[in-house]
Amino acid sequence: MSAARLLRLTVNGEPREVPGPATLLDLLAHLGLDPRTVVVERNREIVRRPRLGDTAVADGDTIELVHFVGGG
Amino acid sequence: MTGTLTPETSLDAPLTIGGRSFRSRLMVGTGKYRNNEEMVRALEASGAEIVTVAVRRVDLDRTKEEGVLYHLSPDQYFLLANTAGCYTADEAIRYARLAREAGFNDFVKLEVIGDRETLLPDTEGLLTAARTLAREGFQVLAYTNDDLVTALRLEDAGCAAIMPLASPIGSGLGLANPYSIRTIKRRLTAPVIVDAGVGTASDACLTMEQGVDGILMNTALAEAQDPVAMARAMGLAVEAGRLAYLAGRMPRREVAVPSSPSRGMLA
Repeated sequence: MSAARLLRLTVNGEPREVPGPATLLDLLAHLGLDPRTVVVERNREIVRRPRLGDTAVADGDTIELVHFVGGG
Repeated sequence: MTGTLTPETSLDAPLTIGGRSFRSRLMVGTGKYRNNEEMVRALEASGAEIVTVAVRRVDLDRTKEEGVLYHLSPDQYFLLANTAGCYTADEAIRYARLAREAGFNDFVKLEVIGDRETLLPDTEGLLTAARTLAREGFQVLAYTNDDLVTALRLEDAGCAAIMPLASPIGSGLGLANPYSIRTIKRRLTAPVIVDAGVGTASDACLTMEQGVDGILMNTALAEAQDPVAMARAMGLAVEAGRLAYLAGRMPRREVAVPSSPSRGMLA
């Protein structure tokens, strides 16, 4: 078992460190987010929900997590 | 006078956009309400089926509200995601793709804004984004100005509906140019939904009397003193205006014509 190392990410515009290795699903769990309620973009590419569990995050990744808010 | 006339059954057909039928011609936004409870009650009072939502970053610190779906059942309403706040075609396309990925439908209310003060559309960016999104299978409802030529090009681009403004977003100035709206409605085959600018019920009624297929509004409800009461008023106004349009108004005359018989008066 490899020792956990910190991955430096940019999540929603802010620097975040998460223990690696991690998938996007792990990242959502780490942030306390329900994967059914967010849409994930990794380095400007949308990652569809079924792929979250097998898409690894890498050091330096830019992640956007969006959802619906009130609007006109 | 036909005795059995009801707006739902006798005169009007359902509003159909992108292959989906809707019974209400009023669509409402979910932004700017004082609180979520008031928003939910206003949506119910409006009778709207289609409600708009925006795509934004999740607040990771959770200091603010949850997403709007925490308060709004996607089973009860047809969610229409918008690209509000986007100033380029690329940005709007990115937001539309993210919205579709949320998994509810492939409808998008496309906004590409060209000016921060007036929030008027960038019609060049709008057309570019509309073409791309229509090609990708989106049902594009395009927010535009009241210009016929742009509306025709958006229709050619494959938009499912064209949404000309009554007046600028959030202005409450009402229907600025009934002639332009009538012209757009007359010349297009795609549904015409007037979006933005309606301030009160008379604005909504007058807009529907031009023959358009529906109205989308947000601020008129959210910033009313009593949003729930205004939502009900708007629902009635949209129905009244639609029915008056279908009924066909009397001609305008610049002379008086008595309504009571002129014969049979006492000597």
